[in-house]
Amino acid sequence: MSGFLQNTFNGLVSGAFYALLALGLAVIFGMLRVVNFAHGAFYMLGAFGAYVLLSEAGVPFWAALVIMPVALGLLGMLLERAVIHRLTRLDPLYNFLLTFGLTLILQDLVKSRYGIQSSPYATPAELSGTVDFGLFDFPTYRVFILGFTVLLCVAVWWVLGRTRVGMVVRAATERPELTRAFGIDVGKWVTPVFGFGIALAGLAGVLAAPMRAVNPLMGADLIIVVFAVVVIGGLGSIFGSVAAGFGIGLIQAWGEAYLSDFPIVSQTVVFVVMAAVLLWRPAGLFGREEAPA
Amino acid sequence: MTSAVDTPAEESARRTMPSGLLTVARAPGWVRYALLAAGLLVALWLPRGIYPAVAVDILCWALFAVSVDLLLGFTGLMSFGHAAFWGTSAYVTGLVAIHAGLPFPAAVLVGALAAALLALPIGYLAVKRTGIYFAMVTLAFAQMVYYVANEWRSVTQGENGLQGVPREFFGVDLSDDYYFYYAILPIVLLGLFAAWRIVHSPFGRVLVGIRDNPARARALGYPVHRYKLTAFVLSGFLAGLGGGLFAVGHRFVSLDVLHWTTSGKAVIVVVLGGIGTLWGGVLGAALVVRLEDWLSFSGFEAIGLVTGGIFVLVVLLFRRGIWGTIAHLALRVRRR
Repeated sequence: MSGFLQNTFNGLVSGAFYALLALGLAVIFGMLRVVNFAHGAFYMLGAFGAYVLLSEAGVPFWAALVIMPVALGLLGMLLERAVIHRLTRLDPLYNFLLTFGLTLILQDLVKSRYGIQSSPYATPAELSGTVDFGLFDFPTYRVFILGFTVLLCVAVWWVLGRTRVGMVVRAATERPELTRAFGIDVGKWVTPVFGFGIALAGLAGVLAAPMRAVNPLMGADLIIVVFAVVVIGGLGSIFGSVAAGFGIGLIQAWGEAYLSDFPIVSQTVVFVVMAAVLLWRPAGLFGREEAPA
Repeated sequence: MTSAVDTPAEESARRTMPSGLLTVARAPGWVRYALLAAGLLVALWLPRGIYPAVAVDILCWALFAVSVDLLLGFTGLMSFGHAAFWGTSAYVTGLVAIHAGLPFPAAVLVGALAAALLALPIGYLAVKRTGIYFAMVTLAFAQMVYYVANEWRSVTQGENGLQGVPREFFGVDLSDDYYFYYAILPIVLLGLFAAWRIVHSPFGRVLVGIRDNPARARALGYPVHRYKLTAFVLSGFLAGLGGGLFAVGHRFVSLDVLHWTTSGKAVIVVVLGGIGTLWGGVLGAALVVRLEDWLSFSGFEAIGLVTGGIFVLVVLLFRRGIWGTIAHLALRVRRR
């Protein structure tokens, strides 16, 4: 029983990363109709930035947790203004290709400067050790990640659901033309929303640094899994993306624990789930049927 | 998002990716025959002009690019997972060549058939979505194939790669890349001809109709999903043909053939050459393969920087691609 709970907990923690990345993707897609391939690269930059800040400037984890998302969010806004903006009125495939190119560039920039070996990042002292849950002990840092992510998702949910900004973003996401017709300047929100999505990816990266190997390729394979996650949840649905993120984290962790003789299962289960969802509900579990392109 | 009013031309450019098909098809007969003759001459001369191994790579990538363009340019589906078919065929071809000792064209045929077989379930699921979702779904399934190949070490040799793929051909010595090039040229030309036939067949016209207006095609009674799936499987077969030849050409198969960067490279080769132009992909393949060879030869390590840069520049500034630009200019000259 305690083993099962522990696996479940682990699943929720890795699901938290999927959820954070899927949330950023979904928010950006909703506002801009852009599927940001570079999302994984920004996650990697978040982790790498935290590592470089610590090892070269002695900046601690807590400061990096603020600095990196803000810095990457600003970089994201700059990118949106400089290039992505130019393609948003074309077929979304062009921005997909553009951000794919950006991914290759960002990855290789980091690779040529720091090499491809993984760098260790120490867990901050305040979060080392374990928490005793009675039935099992669990690393404090993972508890922190889970709590932090859930809080963040709830906060985003609150902002989207209960504030005027959120109302504008939701309206612009669902019916951009109609929202504009009501005299709301949708364009004003595009750049900040893009920056916000990128900041979330950067934040996930900083959170991942003490837990996962920090290397230039850490975001590349992850983003493809996150793509599968948002196809499962329904890319148009913010709630669906987050829920699918946690769900896939759980299924992977259970697969890893109970089918450990078949490591291939935990790697591919997300794609099998995606196939099943495509058969059963092509628009995703929480998605609406896409408008005819 | 400034709200300038779209002109009809901009509106249609926004809806579909650019296509040179119709403009090229309208070129006068003698121009087309001259271009065909020039293309064949260049193909015959290629391994004398450049390093033969690079020429072999160009042929394989030309098939790969044309297979992607068949979907992207003529069916309106951007597959971002074509490495799955290219790579699967490379592995199957390699395994068949190593273990069965078949002559290489037979091994490549088996590989391409395996790729087409794999394209059936992936395509069946993927065509349920369109646009950007189709790209994400194909990308995800290709990644699944990559993971399976990575884990199935007893067959694929994992990260060591499949070594010693023979170039068996009834005892003829093809170990020299120069002769190997001429041995595979007929196969590649056959593949390209097949793609051309598909595009210009009634079936291909329906595909273009589906690309431009899926709702109308459905209203006219065409089973849209089935047409898309057929195109997907044919495209998978062509990609497999290229991948199998690539495996025999390199005498080696590594996991790279299944990696998502390979899928992405195939798409950018098509965009660079010109979406919906078929032969543009051949030009794009020649340029990119040649450039990468030159970069690695000159000891430049960050190749992703260059390919990524090309991606960004082409998408921002050169969306018509090479062939598309030429066709566009030719059309403007003739209209004058």
